[in-house]
Amino acid sequence: MNGKPTKKTSIKDFIFDKALILVLIAMIASIVIIEPAFLQWRVIKDILTQSSIKLIVAIGLLFTLLLGGTDLSGGRQVGLAAVIVASMSQTATYAGRFYPNLPQIPIIIPVVIAIAVVAVIGYANGLMVAKLKMAPFIATFGMMTIVYGINSLYISQEPNRGQPIGGIREGLTFLSSTKVLGEISLLVFIAIAVTFVAWFVLNKTVFGKNIYAVGGNPDAARVSGVDVKKVIVSAFVIESILVGFAGILEVARTGGANSAYGFSYEFDAISACVVGGVSLSGGIGKISGVVIGVIIFTIISYGLAFIGVNPNWQLIIKGLIICSAVALDMKKHAYA
Amino acid sequence: MENYRLKVEHMSKAFPGVQALDDVRLSIKSGTVHAIVGENGAGKSTLMNCLFGLYHPDSGTIAIDGNEIQVTDTNTALENGISMIHQELKPIPFLNLIDNIWIGRFSKKGFVVDEKEMRRKTVDLLADLNFDISPQTLAKDLSVSQLQAVEIAKAISYDAKIIIMDEATSSLTLTETEHLFTLIRRLKNEGRTILYISHRLEEIFEIADEVTVMRDGKYIGTWAIGDVTIDQLINYMVGRDLKKRFPEKNYQTSDEIILKVSNFTSADQKSFRDINFEVHKGEIFGIGGLVGSKRTELIESIFGLREIASGSLEINGKQVKNENPQEAIKNGFALLTEERRASGIIPMLTVEENVLVVSNKKYANGMLGYIRKSVTEKVAKDTCTKLDVRTASIKTLIRNLSGGNQQKVLVGRWLLAQPNVLILDEPTRGVDVGAKFEIYKIMRELAKAGNAIIMVTSEMPELLGMSDRLAIMCEGRLAGMLDHDCATQVGVLKLATKFIQKSNKST
Repeated sequence: MNGKPTKKTSIKDFIFDKALILVLIAMIASIVIIEPAFLQWRVIKDILTQSSIKLIVAIGLLFTLLLGGTDLSGGRQVGLAAVIVASMSQTATYAGRFYPNLPQIPIIIPVVIAIAVVAVIGYANGLMVAKLKMAPFIATFGMMTIVYGINSLYISQEPNRGQPIGGIREGLTFLSSTKVLGEISLLVFIAIAVTFVAWFVLNKTVFGKNIYAVGGNPDAARVSGVDVKKVIVSAFVIESILVGFAGILEVARTGGANSAYGFSYEFDAISACVVGGVSLSGGIGKISGVVIGVIIFTIISYGLAFIGVNPNWQLIIKGLIICSAVALDMKKHAYA
Repeated sequence: MENYRLKVEHMSKAFPGVQALDDVRLSIKSGTVHAIVGENGAGKSTLMNCLFGLYHPDSGTIAIDGNEIQVTDTNTALENGISMIHQELKPIPFLNLIDNIWIGRFSKKGFVVDEKEMRRKTVDLLADLNFDISPQTLAKDLSVSQLQAVEIAKAISYDAKIIIMDEATSSLTLTETEHLFTLIRRLKNEGRTILYISHRLEEIFEIADEVTVMRDGKYIGTWAIGDVTIDQLINYMVGRDLKKRFPEKNYQTSDEIILKVSNFTSADQKSFRDINFEVHKGEIFGIGGLVGSKRTELIESIFGLREIASGSLEINGKQVKNENPQEAIKNGFALLTEERRASGIIPMLTVEENVLVVSNKKYANGMLGYIRKSVTEKVAKDTCTKLDVRTASIKTLIRNLSGGNQQKVLVGRWLLAQPNVLILDEPTRGVDVGAKFEIYKIMRELAKAGNAIIMVTSEMPELLGMSDRLAIMCEGRLAGMLDHDCATQVGVLKLATKFIQKSNKST
């Protein structure tokens, strides 16, 4: 056949393809040059730990982004799961208990309750998008406000009245405080496990392949006998479960929770995905890209703070990275 | 030197990995209809896009009436009198005709848009072309052919000397096509030049004065239309002798009924009703009819993509209900849809992934639905070999394949599901001549192997050449059936217009 594109990656193509990653690596290099102390074990450990929870949120978002969707309520769901778990996992001796009369129930109970609540939210998001044909941006934007409202109502109950929740039991905090292998937090290993499972699901199962098909061309998928609505709803539920799980880990890490938890986490997650090559138009994106995106993003946030860049400038730089990533994505994938 | 309205010389354009245009020349006489033909990927559209300023050629010159011009963007093309009617018309749906025609160059009175003046100009323009459309109509309320008329009006409003029409008739009914041709002849008589690109060779012989053939980005030649035959043109296009357009049928169709469709009536009242037919084992059952005769709606309803009000389906004597595509597939149906890009390929996935979309489940193990890579790779490779899909590898993205090869991948996708009834809607639309023949061969082999094939097609030669039996639809009803041996173009057309009233025959 004529016009078969030859497989030739010139240096120019390579640079174009990896432009953003190259620039970001250059930024990291400059951070290291300005402050060589950046390259120390303590910093690397911190970055790994900080990346862990972000990675789980980003992988969650990946499921919806692959469908060409998004979930703006993701961050607020992190917060809701965190507050629910925290409210039921306080030590008996803590002064301001959320449920003063609650006995020491097994930690698994609040965990399951929190996950179940966010799963219902994910199901609602999925129904809005799949059945009511709402644009994911708007549907989840509405849900974002609703979830925050629920969260605020919940935490404002008597006797708590909106106070931050503290005094989390060892049964939960051990997830973060346990150190393995050269003092790396258990959180890092949990994130690695989640990453592997998500990779398996997306690449090795029918459901995963259907996600790529629906994200790539929903009409073709429907004609091919893929239950498009089911795939969309399932993706939103999985995303919510992952995001809720991240919220629980956040409680373990910080030893508490308040209604502001998780705020704007979805934006960091979407940014990391985009930097990692996930297309916002759906159908394109790899787990490995998300991992790289999250780590690079964390290094840069951490690094900019480390060398003392004004926090307002940090915001501007992050914003520029996101815009460049999307611009490159459009250039790369906007063919026909 | 002869006087040419448009002369293109030494035009080349390369895309990464593809030489789309290779030293192409073009000489077009004033006041003629000049057809440009070639297989997909021959470079016709690239050439037109260069003329219209959408692409920048790497080299080459464009001259109008002997004066070389620089086309840097669409504005300079329009200023120089070159206008283009696009393959897929894209008006702004919620704006009226006036705004759609004058967008980008609104008449102004000081700072304000002069609505009155624009309205006057639009009315004049439409009247001049005998279009009976109110200028206030919103673009979304127009039919495709009306939109085209508006596009032509727009081109004339730029006082275009050269009008490029890229696959202008691909979505028109016969009547509408006739209407378009009348218009083209009129434009020609006004001294305008039409560059006419079409896959339908029959049409070219009806409308064009001269024809230029392109192949693999190269200029092959230009002929006066009276000096070539359709077979010669095809040979020039494919660059080899293509003796027959359809493969020989060397088997007998059995009488065994595989599919029985009874009293099928759409839930949509404006669609089809009371459809009855049977399809036999090893048969290619062609469904013809004009655009708008609801053929696609019928087969999509059979496949469970659309709702029916009543009717029943029997497959191998067993009553089935296809409420959605999943059930249809389970019941042994397969549907290759009309719009390959819209509902066929998944562009950003590989050939392998595209082949397996329907049958992933079949190759999955256990509750999780785990799919082994070695299995899918083998299945994809076998499919590509069997259907002679020309691709660098099964890991190539499907969007990098030509239309014909994409189509073969989609056929392969359905064959994996081992259907009893394979429904093909416009199986060779947008497929080049060489690949068409290969798809016909595949269809013959599938029929020979005992599949029942339903083919919906708007191409008369295909309908007559491939179908064992033909059903012709008109206005949502089955107008009649014809056997292969006694089907003629006239007979088909008679049935296709059987129920059309005189009053709505004109556009």
